[in-house]
Amino acid sequence: MPAPAIELRELESHRRALLRFAMAQLRDESHAEDCVQETLSAAIQNAERYAGDSSVRTWLIGILKHKILDHFRKASRERIVSLSDEESSLDDFDALFKQDGHYVAPPAAWADPEQALTQREFFEVLESCMDRLPKNTALVFKMREIMGIEIEEICRELAITANNCWVLLYRARMSLRQCLEQRWFASAQSARTR
Amino acid sequence: MRITCKEASRLISLGLDRNLTLGQRTALRLHLTFCDACTRVKAQFEFLRRALASYSGSAENGEHRSDRKR
Repeated sequence: MPAPAIELRELESHRRALLRFAMAQLRDESHAEDCVQETLSAAIQNAERYAGDSSVRTWLIGILKHKILDHFRKASRERIVSLSDEESSLDDFDALFKQDGHYVAPPAAWADPEQALTQREFFEVLESCMDRLPKNTALVFKMREIMGIEIEEICRELAITANNCWVLLYRARMSLRQCLEQRWFASAQSARTR
Repeated sequence: MRITCKEASRLISLGLDRNLTLGQRTALRLHLTFCDACTRVKAQFEFLRRALASYSGSAENGEHRSDRKR
């Protein structure tokens, strides 16, 4: 069976998009470029494996995800993800709650969140909110939500306990919720619905 | 079995990553029936998941960040 032909030029045309995808997760240009380069090299070597039933872009992103995961693995081996006290405790959200466990200031209702998903500026705010997360918190959150990896696998890859993992995800969600509320939804009413 | 908003916020997050136990589900559901704040938090955590999915989806299509040139 003849392999669907993919030309080098066609692969190259996806480089920018791949780089953007890698940057979204790695937030480091040289690591992102390495992953993309490895992806394109792997694609060239394995061009005959491209089945032609998905777009070339989707196929490449699939390879890229593996490369990014490899990168996370390597990084976790190198710095043996050590959780700072700050990251493994839930205490710092205590300020949000009163003694009786109710919110000091109840979370606000967000106006038209779905509409935010159509705005590029929203994703820029989301990105910068993620950049503010502590390193391990951001790593676990991205593995879970961008790469869609199950908890068991994250724990295995990073050699942390399931409990650590849930704490980090909880921390990420609470922080991002707050950050988006302050930096997008609170100002959305006044600034963006002109 | 009453839970507080603080406990509810943890269960809401936990529920996004694994199946809650029957006891946890029941307690959370009961709490949500009378707590607007936690109902909002639940919707917002779920929105966060959709936002991340469309964030990676749009990165996949090369549609976001200001440097696009196509």
